[in-house]
Amino acid sequence: MHSRKSILWMFLAAALLALPSSAMAQKVEGHVGKLNGHVDAGKQLYFRYCWGCHGFRGDGNGENAPYLNILPRNFVSATFKCRSTPTGTLPTDEDVFNAITRGFYTTYMPSWTALTHQQRADLVVFIKTLSTRWTKEKAGEPVKVPAEPALTTDGIKRGKELFAKLECWKCHGQEGRGDGPSAATLTDSNDQPIRPYNFAAGTRFKCGETNQDLYKIFMTGLDGTPMPSYGEQIKPEEAWDLVHYLRTLQVTHNSAELALWQGTKEGAEIVKAAKITGTPTGSGIKQ
Amino acid sequence: MKGKALTVLLAATVVLFVAGREPARGRPSANDGPAPGTAVVKGIAKFEGSRPAPTHINMNADPSCAKLHPGGLVSEDVLASPEGGLQNVVVFVSEGLGDRTFDPPPQPVTMEQKGCVYAPHIVSLRANQELDIVNNDATTHNIHPAPSNNREWNKAQAPGTRVDATFAREEIAIPLKCNIHPWMRSYIAVFKHPFFAVTDKAGNFELKNLPPGDYTIEAWHEKLGKSIQKISVSAGGTKELEFVFKSTAGH
Ligand SMILES: [Cu+2]
Repeated sequence: MHSRKSILWMFLAAALLALPSSAMAQKVEGHVGKLNGHVDAGKQLYFRYCWGCHGFRGDGNGENAPYLNILPRNFVSATFKCRSTPTGTLPTDEDVFNAITRGFYTTYMPSWTALTHQQRADLVVFIKTLSTRWTKEKAGEPVKVPAEPALTTDGIKRGKELFAKLECWKCHGQEGRGDGPSAATLTDSNDQPIRPYNFAAGTRFKCGETNQDLYKIFMTGLDGTPMPSYGEQIKPEEAWDLVHYLRTLQVTHNSAELALWQGTKEGAEIVKAAKITGTPTGSGIKQ
Repeated sequence: MKGKALTVLLAATVVLFVAGREPARGRPSANDGPAPGTAVVKGIAKFEGSRPAPTHINMNADPSCAKLHPGGLVSEDVLASPEGGLQNVVVFVSEGLGDRTFDPPPQPVTMEQKGCVYAPHIVSLRANQELDIVNNDATTHNIHPAPSNNREWNKAQAPGTRVDATFAREEIAIPLKCNIHPWMRSYIAVFKHPFFAVTDKAGNFELKNLPPGDYTIEAWHEKLGKSIQKISVSAGGTKELEFVFKSTAGH
């Protein structure tokens, strides 16, 4: 036991010396609010808490990775799901910070609120040294999220029409149970099977809980997954209608949208039927 | 893609050198003869051996796609003519241009989605040249390139709308897929120079206006792999090449 531990420490020390090159590290900065991230501090934290899954080089091939069915983020390819920036662009420092803070529900990535804000900012900078993309490209311009319009029944109905027209149901299913006709064949960019979000199950959203977060998901897409960006396809007011409708699909999750929708005859029938049919964890797909 | 049952073998290399050929006169263009003082590399890609059984595409996930192919549809992975010409092989100069640089042409390249199939199956274009992606289907697609040397992105495309894209760096070739329709898969070959071609139905290709010099010519096929040949060309010359892709399927 003791000798194994000392070998591990030797390996860690070698890792700290070997990676990454300090020349590269110096080019990268990270700022979250008023906090300046420090690469060296971030490196220490990374090789204490993160490398077991995300790997020695940050390529997502840590020693735990073979046991995880959702692979750890590959910081070398630097494709990130939860961004405020358009599809294909790098996220902002805040986006990465928020991902560390929030963790990724339904994956093995925990919420790192046990680390201080400064420590999380330090990790953001260190993660940016793991890919050359951060020295070649700037983060994307964050997608503008206009003020949320007042919630109305008409807005929910327009959102419902959009859900049909944009064919969200092809993957997410007519009732948002994640069981659409294309659901079973979906894979992520690692060729791993991936399930579309099941609204009826009411689990937390991966990229944040607010309506603004939901808005950003379809205006930016979740890069590395089958969820595309609709940023060039729908107008901001349409995106808000869709947000309000999607909340009504979360039939096990109390919201102002669900309450309003259930107050209408049409909505009450749909919600009642959705609660009766299927299980809260989805129908056709094995968990 | 992985675990392919086919391997590629570079077989006979037929090199014919037609010396002292009179260079064509006039302004060079893509459809003209070669520019004065340049060379042509042309030839054929061939498929030898037992052909893989055609893969029938199951479009049940989307009836709006299936109804456009009443007779069914097979995948475009390996398309060989009765004479053995292999279609959709990307033939290009992989080495020998030194540090020459080439500006991308201003006109875009178009790729169409119709019947939930990409046309052409292999798109070839220049780095930073615009690619116009058209959706002529009644269904929504998503355009999802999976590059290793360019940025990954993923955009939804409603019927009748367009998505414009560029790829900044050379990459042969970027897999392109639609997640909604899992059979939709094609490749985008991105070049930093103009010396590339995709073989036609008969397996033919032609690279024009090549400056005299020593080159490595590579032929790449999505399922059968790649093979290379080293050549020298001189001003006014034409070089003929044959690339043979062999199947070891069914052994
Ligand atoms: Cu499609």
